[in-house]
Amino acid sequence: MMKQNTKIKIVAAKSEQHPISMYLKVWLLLFVLSACSYMVDYFQFQGVLRWTLILVFMFLKAGLIIMVFMHLAWERMAVKLLLFLPPIAILIFIALMSSEADYVFVNRIMSFFNP
Amino acid sequence: MKNDDHQKDHEANNKVTSASSWQSVVNDFSADKQSFDMPWGKLMMWIFLLSDTFIFSIFLTSYMSVRMSTAIAWPNPSEVFALTIAGHHIPLVLIAIMTFILITSSGTMAMAVNYAYQGNKKKTVYLMLATALLGASFIGMQAFEWTKLIVEEGIRPWGNPMGANQFGAAFFMITGFHGLHVSAGVIYLTVIAKRINQGKYDQKGYHIVEITGLYWHFVDLVWVFIFAFFYLW
Repeated sequence: MMKQNTKIKIVAAKSEQHPISMYLKVWLLLFVLSACSYMVDYFQFQGVLRWTLILVFMFLKAGLIIMVFMHLAWERMAVKLLLFLPPIAILIFIALMSSEADYVFVNRIMSFFNP
Repeated sequence: MKNDDHQKDHEANNKVTSASSWQSVVNDFSADKQSFDMPWGKLMMWIFLLSDTFIFSIFLTSYMSVRMSTAIAWPNPSEVFALTIAGHHIPLVLIAIMTFILITSSGTMAMAVNYAYQGNKKKTVYLMLATALLGASFIGMQAFEWTKLIVEEGIRPWGNPMGANQFGAAFFMITGFHGLHVSAGVIYLTVIAKRINQGKYDQKGYHIVEITGLYWHFVDLVWVFIFAFFYLW
């Protein structure tokens, strides 16, 4: 039992150990970023500014969660590729669907609202 | 593989591959052994989360598609999700509180993982239970929000009084599926915390805490995207 505990400690000390303060800092940063993205709505920013702010805060938050909380920053390159390459298909799909939705929208306007 | 074997492999790999990370990918895949140097449960959790990413992406993409293609105005989320507290009309306030709760639960989970690797069983169990409790309160708030939308605002999956009919279907599908993930996470966390407390992982090592943590952080991660695309758009 005692031996097992020391073994876990040694393993941890080398690859998985970070000071608690790092998590607290990231936590605080996530709080601030969330407050910022809430402010985007509260102050009713519109147009390009709104979208830029929403996406910047979103990607910063997502990046912090994946890299620090999920420890991906300390994983090997092979793991990062495993996780980041397949979602490229999603980006392509989003691009295809947005062009499709645009086409449907134009057709609805022309067929149903402009007799 | 036992923990110390992993560690030895890890060190050996680092010696060989410290040159460049791209070289490390080649080495990992060409070595005559498993490509991903981690406990199998952790790798399986990563692959599950990757497939879950696709599911949530498809929900959000279909939501984007119906919202972009409808010719009728989309209900303004800022107004739909506003609450009047003590006479003040505050937009999106419940959603903001839910966001902060979920982030806080991610923080407690990250610390649970940290204490698990330090071998501090008691703190790990308490922090995991705190995480589960925060998750449960998130579900409670979501239940309140759904009740308000269904009973007071009259929003249904097939229509609503505020605008485009697709609003209800997209909202209930996306937040419902996310809520289901949070509920499953609360159960998962509670079960694992109980098993750790019983000492079932004392021999195996505490990798299970990190695996549970990956799932929980993913639930928080999905919420970041739902918050941005559903509530702020």
